[in-house]
Amino acid sequence: MTMTANALSPDLSRILPYVQINDNGSHSLNLSVDGIYCAACIQKIESGLKKIPGVSYVRLNFTTRRLNVSWNGARETGDDIGHVIADLGYKATAYDPAMMAKESDSEAKNLLLCLGVAGFAAGNIMLMSFALWTTDIETMGVGVRDFLHWVSALVAIPAIAFSGRPFFLSALKALRAGRTNMDVPISVGLILTTGMSLFELVSHGEHAYFDSAVMLMFFLLIGRYLDYMARASARRAATDLLSLLSGTAMQVTAAGGKNILIRDVLAGMTLSVGMGEHFPVDGMISKGRTEIDTSLVTGESIPVSAGEGDEVLAGTLNLNMPVQIQALRGAEESQIGGMVRLMERAEQSQALYVRIADRVARLYTPVVHILALATFIYWVWMAGQAWQPSLLTAATVLIITCPCALALAVPIVQVLAIGRLMKHGIMVRAGDVLERIATVDTVIFDKTGTLTIGKPVLQASETLDPEAFRVAASMAVNSRHPLSRSIAASYQGELVSLAPEEIPGCGLIATLDGASEYRLGSRVWAAPHSQSGAANVMEVVLSKNGSELASFKFRDELRKDAKDTIQALQRRGLKLYLLSGDRQEIVDETGRQLGIPDIRSGMKPEDKYNFMQELRRQGHKVMMVGDGMNDAPTLAGADVSASPSSAIDLARNSSSVVFTGEMLSPLLRLIQTGVRSQTLVHQNFGMTFIYNLVAIPMAVAGYVTPLIAAAAMSLSSLAVILNAFRIRRRA
Amino acid sequence: MSILLYMIPLALLLGLIGLVAFIWSIRSGQYDDLDGAAYRILLPDENEGDNPNT
Repeated sequence: MTMTANALSPDLSRILPYVQINDNGSHSLNLSVDGIYCAACIQKIESGLKKIPGVSYVRLNFTTRRLNVSWNGARETGDDIGHVIADLGYKATAYDPAMMAKESDSEAKNLLLCLGVAGFAAGNIMLMSFALWTTDIETMGVGVRDFLHWVSALVAIPAIAFSGRPFFLSALKALRAGRTNMDVPISVGLILTTGMSLFELVSHGEHAYFDSAVMLMFFLLIGRYLDYMARASARRAATDLLSLLSGTAMQVTAAGGKNILIRDVLAGMTLSVGMGEHFPVDGMISKGRTEIDTSLVTGESIPVSAGEGDEVLAGTLNLNMPVQIQALRGAEESQIGGMVRLMERAEQSQALYVRIADRVARLYTPVVHILALATFIYWVWMAGQAWQPSLLTAATVLIITCPCALALAVPIVQVLAIGRLMKHGIMVRAGDVLERIATVDTVIFDKTGTLTIGKPVLQASETLDPEAFRVAASMAVNSRHPLSRSIAASYQGELVSLAPEEIPGCGLIATLDGASEYRLGSRVWAAPHSQSGAANVMEVVLSKNGSELASFKFRDELRKDAKDTIQALQRRGLKLYLLSGDRQEIVDETGRQLGIPDIRSGMKPEDKYNFMQELRRQGHKVMMVGDGMNDAPTLAGADVSASPSSAIDLARNSSSVVFTGEMLSPLLRLIQTGVRSQTLVHQNFGMTFIYNLVAIPMAVAGYVTPLIAAAAMSLSSLAVILNAFRIRRRA
Repeated sequence: MSILLYMIPLALLLGLIGLVAFIWSIRSGQYDDLDGAAYRILLPDENEGDNPNT
């Protein structure tokens, strides 16, 4: 299946351009690995790679699906690494670490560091504050109180200067751009409170708010970190998409083969496409004959045969023979390029979505600023108080309006909900996906690979003649054709050793027992004189010297729970559509079995996309479920999109949710969890609103002491967190 | 009350040790792969190669 690594010249390798040389002379390589799901995967890959001579370090990051390998010796070992991973059954793509992932990694670390410092400071200042809160001034004396305040200041000021940076920087950026965001009142509140507390300290005052300021910062950083984690996977998905588009194709020139980037392919170039590879651009076969699986591009479930002079579409899969094609169009103009353009447009329309937290922040920010300013003005001019205590009161208003409960309200629910879905094999790309799921009223399904398993399944294998089945399976194991694979997978028992020849478009041919010629393939080719079967049935015939021995029939089966899931979705009041590129008879049959009345067949990718956009224009919130390249633009443009983990990369990358397994019911769980998490988010906002109704008048009136501020802040944050944990109950 | 002069710096020192340990754990990459760490405890021990990145 794979060529030996060392036989490849550097021009041919897809991995070597990415190998880096370290300072100490060793080489290292970063790969993005697909299909890791368990502990065994980590071990298989790591121990497999360690067996390669020279490899000194292997580390697979399970969270990010990134693999880091270092070795001493030849640069070409990089190819061996690629082959070992491929032979283990995983798909690895090399990437340049300088281009991606690094800066986001350091941002997560930085947030965590700020969080740690804030936590340390908050804990230690509490130690002081408890003494201040519980002991009155007669017992303690002004000297001790000042001492405790000084120690608090000593811890708090550096901590705020260090851990407050994420807020200060973001606020500064917003102000420079002439905007305001939630970080502006936070920064103003932090700086004002610290400054005024310092002033109190110098003038031997009673109330220093260092504890409130640091605690506020600590809670806010927790919310910020959780929010970052909920969005990190979306960022990774985007970089994966980039690396996919920068894939390589093998150009055939007079001097031999050379690997070039797909985006550099020009019309007229001759390209070689191996078996099991996707055609990089639209082209015409110039040499060879093969069968092509077009299901990912057109949705058609039966492979087509193509030979010299036939056109092939970019993105379709070359099934059984290496061929050469003449590029008809460059990557940009090819159908896949068009798909990517369509997706970019779709993603731009997505960017207009405003997250619920941002909507609240837009309301919250001006209200809080105005309130604080009004408080200050009232105390100075109306009540005739000195400006210092008035400013302190205004600062307590900023602090107590509790952006911390507000900052936790959304991310804590989303992180818990995402974690819970992950345990059930549902991977949600970003937290705001949950917000959108709750509003969905229409679901569009693709057929092949989504409602169905997407693989032909051998029908009634128990009625077959065992001997014929054995010969057929022995021949079939040698082929990559989906029907052959299905026969081989259904057969259990001993195989005969055979070396059949594969004839593209026809089938397999082998000689057994000296003289008998066995053929496994299409009916017209294997048994020309037999009666032809029904049309639109996937069938393979085994023949011996031209006479039929057995007929194998296949069907693309529905997912086991498809019908139940569809009915449950309909009971929830969702409008369902089935859009497929497959033939009408097949799609109608599927729709009838599942009870979906609204069916469109023969849909091209643009048709699906336009259909979805039309629904959105009518004001519907659309969820798209699909797995193919023809679904990718629709997936990218829908309000929410889901694809099974068996989907092609492009579809998975443009989906907001990926679910694993053979079942369709994860969709139901996803929608339930989405709705539930939105309920909890709204409850959280409700609680912070009620809390503010009580807290703001108290702060404005000047009744809030550091103790009250600390207690109110902790209690409201705790209430929000506890409420968020209720997602574990029913969802 | 003079005991405070010893106890508070001592408390701060203890907290500081915790903070330094935390910073060290971030720097040494222990927070890079939280999901993977949960699985790795199931794997048999082997001799780790030297990490060239630290």
